[in-house]
Amino acid sequence: MSSPPVARTESAQPPRPVQRLGDRIFSTSTLTAGALILATLAAVAAFLILQSTPALTENPEDISIFTSGETFWTYVGPLIFGTLWSAALALLMAVPLAIGIALFISHYAPRKLAQGLGYVIDLLAAVPSVVFGLWGANTLAPLVQPFYLWLTENLGWIPLFAPPASGTGRTILTAAVVLAVMILPIITALCREVFLQTPVLHEEAALALGATRWEMIRMTVLPFGRAGIVSASMLGLGRALGETMAVAMVLSSSGVISFALLTSSNPSTIAANIALSFPEAYGLNVNVLIATGLMLFAITLVVNAIARYVINRRKEFSGAN
Amino acid sequence: MAQTTTAPLQRSGSGVGPGRPNPAPGPGAMPNVYASGRLGKSVPWIVLGVSLLVSAAIFGLAQAASGGDFNVVGTIVLTGLLNGIGIYLTALLVEGARQAKDRLVTTLVTSAFIVALAPLVSLFITVLSRGTARFDIQLFTYSMRNIVGEGGGVLHAIVGTLIMTGIATIISVPIGLLTSIYLVEYGRGALARAITFFVDVMTGIPSIVAGLFAYALFAIFFGPGIRLGVAGAVALSVLMIPGVVRSSEEMLRLVPNELREAAFALGVPKWLTILKVVLPTSIAGITTGVMLAIARVIGETAPLLVAAGFTSNMNYSPLEGRMQSLPVFVYSSYVSQGTDAQAYLDRAWAAALTLILIVMALNLIARLVARAFSPKLGR
Amino acid sequence: MKFTPFGRAAAVATLAALTLTSCAVNEMPGAATGNGAATELTGTLVGGGASSQQSAQEAWVAAFQGMHSAVTVEYDPAGSGAGRDTFIAGGSAFAGSDRAFKDAELADEEFTACVPDTGLVELPAYISPIAVVFNLEGVDTLDLDPTTLAGIFSGTITTWNDKAIASQNPDATLPNQTITPVHRADDSGTTENFTEYLNVTAPDVWSWEADGVWPDAVKGGEAAQQTSGVIDAVTSGTGTIGYADASRSGELGTVAVKVGDEYVPYSAEAAAAIVDASPLVDGRGEGDLAIQLDRATTEAGVYPIVLISYLIGCTEYKDAETAKLVKEYFSYIVSEEGQKVSADAAGSAPISAAIAEKSAAAIELIK
Repeated sequence: MSSPPVARTESAQPPRPVQRLGDRIFSTSTLTAGALILATLAAVAAFLILQSTPALTENPEDISIFTSGETFWTYVGPLIFGTLWSAALALLMAVPLAIGIALFISHYAPRKLAQGLGYVIDLLAAVPSVVFGLWGANTLAPLVQPFYLWLTENLGWIPLFAPPASGTGRTILTAAVVLAVMILPIITALCREVFLQTPVLHEEAALALGATRWEMIRMTVLPFGRAGIVSASMLGLGRALGETMAVAMVLSSSGVISFALLTSSNPSTIAANIALSFPEAYGLNVNVLIATGLMLFAITLVVNAIARYVINRRKEFSGAN
Repeated sequence: MAQTTTAPLQRSGSGVGPGRPNPAPGPGAMPNVYASGRLGKSVPWIVLGVSLLVSAAIFGLAQAASGGDFNVVGTIVLTGLLNGIGIYLTALLVEGARQAKDRLVTTLVTSAFIVALAPLVSLFITVLSRGTARFDIQLFTYSMRNIVGEGGGVLHAIVGTLIMTGIATIISVPIGLLTSIYLVEYGRGALARAITFFVDVMTGIPSIVAGLFAYALFAIFFGPGIRLGVAGAVALSVLMIPGVVRSSEEMLRLVPNELREAAFALGVPKWLTILKVVLPTSIAGITTGVMLAIARVIGETAPLLVAAGFTSNMNYSPLEGRMQSLPVFVYSSYVSQGTDAQAYLDRAWAAALTLILIVMALNLIARLVARAFSPKLGR
Repeated sequence: MKFTPFGRAAAVATLAALTLTSCAVNEMPGAATGNGAATELTGTLVGGGASSQQSAQEAWVAAFQGMHSAVTVEYDPAGSGAGRDTFIAGGSAFAGSDRAFKDAELADEEFTACVPDTGLVELPAYISPIAVVFNLEGVDTLDLDPTTLAGIFSGTITTWNDKAIASQNPDATLPNQTITPVHRADDSGTTENFTEYLNVTAPDVWSWEADGVWPDAVKGGEAAQQTSGVIDAVTSGTGTIGYADASRSGELGTVAVKVGDEYVPYSAEAAAAIVDASPLVDGRGEGDLAIQLDRATTEAGVYPIVLISYLIGCTEYKDAETAKLVKEYFSYIVSEEGQKVSADAAGSAPISAAIAEKSAAAIELIK
């Protein structure tokens, strides 16, 4: 870059700062590092696209991972569906819970305990996903299976609970529960922060007017935090879309598109499918898997960009930051 | 004044307004007009106890009738439901609809927290109880080379994890730190905005995509099918850099401008000011951020599975051959169990326990560092 | 910079930890040498391929390295396809593969590690029987013919007391329960062999061609990851049926399949017998024991659902040292002792004496 960095000039009309060699080296290296990040992101996209093209251009008959008559799009279709569906289910469970927890920590729990309770929820974020996978497959799935059986027997007329129930409990609902647990700390942490930034005067004004605690929260905290909740959910969604190991280990998948939550035929997700197929993939199969990864990259990129856009817009308007 | 993101908890509704139930009037005292029509302090607890008793009785009878195990989960769920309904109805009768709703929400919010604790507790109990079976010295002194069936250890995985995470740290910390310095001290205009935006976007890259990127990058130079420790490290640093940038940026912004201005006033060049004044002031926070970033990537499985593969041998060279890591070890021993399945499962759980302990330790140290050094900033 | 004390301490601690713990006890020189007798062999032998052989290869490698302490054998379980590709490209000295090379591949490919136009050695050294396992209360064995089996797995037979099953098992008390077939979710040689068996023996019911991926067109059924997933699913469910490596069948009930006029339960001998009952592929070189598996065989006492995994090497290596290592390693594998080791570790069926003899003759060609 040619333009020299301009030092901060708070006082009136300072003399032009002297450009020393050290300054120039240092600022250039920081600039390089910053540019490197942009380059990395571009490289991620470029390499994925480069390695994906054979999957789309070669004759699908030559690619052994496709069953006969399948093309890339029919292969990736159910995977995209599974990715979106499982993430949506996870979000549906996690968001209300996370808002509840965030409120509990910010407005209900005794003040002395609040920070400690926050750490406890953060502990969930520290558990590696592979451990969540082990836990989901070995502990959670057998635990919920009888419940699934009961649901299909008594509420089987609802399409979501269509029988037959899976014999092992490794359904998309179980996977979504694990995902929900995994994104819970992210959404909670962000919501908590936003709730804590609610102007105290608003809250006190509401209480002074005789509002109950819940009415105060509904009138001041939630409206103030709405944008924060939306963006936190989007970030959680991005995480759920890309989560790999937990889904790969928990879900019993086959390439179908189905909304049924409790049966043993579940759609797989892009990330889980890559993790399961990649170790033994060779030749064009690798390119196909990378191409599905590119799809995932594109989806998460859009979701995250929207989330960041919402956050940034809120920053400008609310003045909270 | 800089606003920290971890603002101290300033408010809690209790103590203000009608959310707090007043104590019941003592014997012989004048009836307290403010307490009339209010539930006593102990009432919610009584409702909770009654619900617990009722649901325990229901499930106890069910157990006696059908002869199965006592359904603990069912009892707890039913208790929660009954408690919610009970408190709502009681409050509705005594206090009116608005208070009843308030109490109901209080119950809901509290139970949301308890519900979130359930998986955490269950997970730790499971990992502890199943992980201790093989949590012995052999686990930390053996690799899996020449091991058939029982025995064996995860030393090769631990070493692989350390090497790959180490390289990832060496790559990410300078880039991340320099970028954050750029953003805080130099960056203005479109480029800085673009970097901020894309760092945020990068935070959301799925880990498996980072793995695919590293694989694709190395496959171009070394041919298809390549699995290298350094490829795993590259994948990890893609995931780690945004974390380092964000946390260091926050910490650098906390450094008071007065310090910089004082240094400038003494004629110190800007780069020296940053190196000698700004960085040392914020080093504790930056260390914490880096450790948390390490803790995040050390548990990553998918990118390493794709980029570094798995092996049963010790491998010290990140530039040659596959490299095992703890998370991948857990995964691969879980999915490909041999004839003696229990031995593989025991190893998987023991490795999972080791991994959790490492991550917890990193988190703990990070928080300790933050606590020990941050008061210097006076906040 | 100020963080040097930190950094230095951390670096020292890490280094200390590394040097203290770095040598895995079992990898120290001399650790694995049970008897350091035959040690004239040295060098590193690299192979790769079928993950089905992984457990067996681990056992073979462990024993072989125990006998020759200066030798390191590395087997990379990257999958059959990757193994064949790496072998063709010369990246490995031998390959493990769930199928032999096809005629077209032999004609077209240039095998980098081999002297040109010398042909390959292909040995059916790893025979893994596939058991059809089920979990049904009070029933330990079932007799089923291929058509019924195909009907169950394709979803046309849905209850356990279906006439087709009951007529073949007059003694068993079959409940009126839904059948949950369990299949592999991942691409696997087990699935490929099982579907080939169904396709060959019951083409009317099972019209899908053999494939490592379970056909999407088959409705219903539970998918599970890897062998352990299938075993888990069958064990923890009720009324479930699946197919898996026989060594993992454990306490589960197994199906005796109809071959000719009788029902043959799974056994290691019966599984190994199919290799003897099947002809070699025509027009192959002297060392090439590629087998044309005759799944529809009617010969008595043959269990036809097996997975055969080959060891593939060159007849003539460009590098003489490699040739010596491969020769010694292959000889060990097909020896009685080698087959016993893999039977213990991986539950494979030891190859018959006749095949062992043929294999030994083929190995003699390696130079």
